[in-house]
Amino acid sequence: MSNVARNRKVRLAGVVLATTAVLLTSACSGSSSSTSADGKVTIEFSQWWGSELPDGDLQKIVDGFQAENPNVTVKLLTQPYSSLQDQTTTAGVSGTLADVVGLDGAWVNNLVKQGALDNLSTEMTSTNYDASQLSSQVQIDGSTYAIPVVNFVYPLFTNDDLLAQAGVTTPPATRSEFLTDAKAITEKTSAKGWILPLGTTNPNGVQNDVMSWLWASGGSMLKDGQPDLTNDGVKSAVDYVKSLYDAKVVADGTFTLQEPDKVTQFTNGQVGMMVDSLAHITTIRKANPDLKFSISAVPAADSYTGKRGIPFASWGIGVSDKSEHKAEAWKFVQYMMSKDVNANISSLAHGFPANSTATPDFTGSDPLYEEAFKIYQAGYPANEFVGLPTSDQLMRDFDTNFQKTLNGDGSVGDMLSSTQDSWKKAF
Amino acid sequence: MTALRAGRPLSRFGSTRLARKGTPYGFVAPTAILLIALMVVPIILVIGYSVSDGAITTKNASFAGLTNYVTLLTDPEFWNAALNTLIFTVSSVVAHLLIGLGFSMMLNSKLIGSVPRAFFRVIYILPWLFTAAIIAVLWRLLLDPQGVINYLLQSVHLTDSPVAWFGDPGTALLAVTVMNIWAGYPFFMISLLAGLQGVPADLYEAARVDGASPWQQFLNVTLPQLRPIIISMAMLDVLWTTQQFALIWLTTGGGPISVTEMLSTFTYKLAFTGFDFSMASASAVIVLVFSLIVAIFYVRSQRSES
Repeated sequence: MSNVARNRKVRLAGVVLATTAVLLTSACSGSSSSTSADGKVTIEFSQWWGSELPDGDLQKIVDGFQAENPNVTVKLLTQPYSSLQDQTTTAGVSGTLADVVGLDGAWVNNLVKQGALDNLSTEMTSTNYDASQLSSQVQIDGSTYAIPVVNFVYPLFTNDDLLAQAGVTTPPATRSEFLTDAKAITEKTSAKGWILPLGTTNPNGVQNDVMSWLWASGGSMLKDGQPDLTNDGVKSAVDYVKSLYDAKVVADGTFTLQEPDKVTQFTNGQVGMMVDSLAHITTIRKANPDLKFSISAVPAADSYTGKRGIPFASWGIGVSDKSEHKAEAWKFVQYMMSKDVNANISSLAHGFPANSTATPDFTGSDPLYEEAFKIYQAGYPANEFVGLPTSDQLMRDFDTNFQKTLNGDGSVGDMLSSTQDSWKKAF
Repeated sequence: MTALRAGRPLSRFGSTRLARKGTPYGFVAPTAILLIALMVVPIILVIGYSVSDGAITTKNASFAGLTNYVTLLTDPEFWNAALNTLIFTVSSVVAHLLIGLGFSMMLNSKLIGSVPRAFFRVIYILPWLFTAAIIAVLWRLLLDPQGVINYLLQSVHLTDSPVAWFGDPGTALLAVTVMNIWAGYPFFMISLLAGLQGVPADLYEAARVDGASPWQQFLNVTLPQLRPIIISMAMLDVLWTTQQFALIWLTTGGGPISVTEMLSTFTYKLAFTGFDFSMASASAVIVLVFSLIVAIFYVRSQRSES
C-alpha cells in the first residue's frame, strides 16, 4: 500500500473518530435556555400537558404570553407523563431542568431535596404576588415549590341503568347507602357494585379509591406533617373498604387492576359505581355513547355533615432553581395562574381552575362538568399525598399491606400500624 | 537548509510509521468509543452509585462502602424477589426447551406435508412477532375474570367461579410464567429447527441399521447433535429471563402481595418509586455479577465448540 493511500486511511479514520466524538458529545448535551444578542430571552417549559390537550392549544396559550412579553420566547418541551417523571428526576440532579417545569405533586418533595426547584414563596414576596387567589400550593417546610394550575377531581360515577335495575333511584350519599346499593347491583344485575383497582404497577388506587373515603368524611392521614394512619378516621375508612370487599360487591381481580381497567369496566357496564377522574368523561362518552351515567360526591360517613374533601390530581408548575431566567420563568407562572388564562386552560383540559377566582367556560361542554364544578365548590380539594416524600412508594407500601389484609392475613389495625412504621422511615 | 533537507525524510519516515501503527486504532476507535460510552462508563457509574449513599438524589453523595449490599442481602424482600426470579427462570427455560424441541421436531418431521408444515411454522412463531406490550395486553384479556380462559374453564365445569389468574396470590406466579413461556419458546424452536436440519441423515441411517428405535435415535443421535445449540440457547435464555421486566410490569407489577416480584421489578421500584438509586444500583450489580458468571460459562462453551 502506498504512503498516500495509507495517509488517506489515517485521515479517514481520524474523520470517523472525530465525527463519532462530535455525535456523542451532541447526544449527551442537554438543551438550555438562552439570551440572544438583542436581549431576547428564551425559556423552556417541560410538561406533559401538550400531549393531553388538543393539538396546538398549549402553543396558543404560550403565544398569548409571548404577545404580552415580546422579549421572552417560551419553548415547549412536551413529553408523555410516564417518561417525563423519570426524566425530571434525573434532570433535577444533573441541573438540566427546564426553566419552567410541569409537575405532579408527587414529584415535588424529591426535587426539593435535590435542590432543583426554586422557592416560589420568595418570588411571590419579591413581586408582591397575591397568593390568596391560589386554591392550593405545594409546600415543603412552609415554602411553596409548586402551584397547581388545573385540578382534576375524582367524584363518584354511577351507571344510571344499573342503579335503576337494582331499584336505586338516587346515587348514594352515605357509606351505608353505598354498601346497600352496591349489594343491590351485585345481586340484581349481572354487574358488580363497585371496582377497587389495587394493582401495584401504578398504586394510585390507594389515593383515589381508598383514601377518598377518608377525605370525603373530612378525615386526615397526617398529623403535623407526619403519618397518622392509626387514627379512628383512617381505620374507619379502611375498615369500610374492607367490608365492601368482604361483601363481594367489588369487581374480581382487585389486586392487579389499574385505573384504565376501572374506566373500561365501568364503560362496559361491568360495574355500577366507581370513583374516577372527571377527565375520563370524554373517554367514556366516546367508547360507549349510549351509557347513561351520573356523578356525585364521594359518600361520607353516615354521621358526617361537614364539607367533603374531594380527591384531585393536578397539573402543577414550578421553576428550576438553576434557571438563568427566573424572573421571566416566574412571570410565565403568574401568566398561567392569571384568572382568564387559568380559566381557559382548565376549560381546554376539562379540569377545574386552580385560581379560585376563575370560572371555567362550560359552553358546549358535557353538562356533567358543570355538575362536577358544583360538587367541587361545595367541598374542598383533598389529596394528602401531594408533596409527601416518595409518595408512590408510600402508596405501594400501603397497597401491598392492604392486599395482605384483604387476603385474610391480619387485621386492619395491624396493617395500619405496620404501614405507619414503614411510612415513618420515608419521612 | 541543511537541517531542513535532513529533516524531511525523517519526518516522512516518522509519519509513515505513525500511519502504519495508527490505522487499525483509527478503525477500531468508533466501536471502542461507543462501547466505552454506552457500556463501560454506565457500568462503572452504577458500581460507583452502589457504594455511595444518596446517589443521584443528593448533590453530595457520601461513600457508603458495602452498606447497601449488606442491607440488600439481609432484606427479606430481596430474597423473595430472588426466589421468584429463580422459579420463574428455571420453569421458563425448561419449558422453552421442551416446547421448542417438541415443535421443532414436529416441523422437521417428514410425516407432515409441506403445506401444513408452513402453516404450523407461521402459527408457532407468532408469539415471537409480538412486542411485550401486546403480549401483556393479550394475556390480560385471556386471563381476565371475564376472559376467554375463564369462560372455557367454567363451560367445562373445571371451575365454579371466575379466577383472577393475575390477581390471585395463589395463581399469579404461574400465570406470568405461562405467559413468558408462550412468549419465548419460538426462539428455541427456530434455533433447534435449524440445528435439526443440519443433522446428517446418514447418522440416522446408521442408527437404524444398528436396530435403534426412534426413541434411541432421539437419545443417541438427535440430542448429542443438538447439545451445543441447547447449551448456548439455555444460557442465553437464563440471562434474558432473569432480566424479564416488561411482561411482569405490564401484567402484575410484581404483585399481588409481591408473589411475582422479580429482581428486575424490585430494582426498578427501588430506583423509580423509592428514588433510592444507591440500593437500586447495588441490586443491579448483584444481578450483573450473576449474569457475568453465566456469560463466562456461555463463552467457555462457545470456545469448546469452536
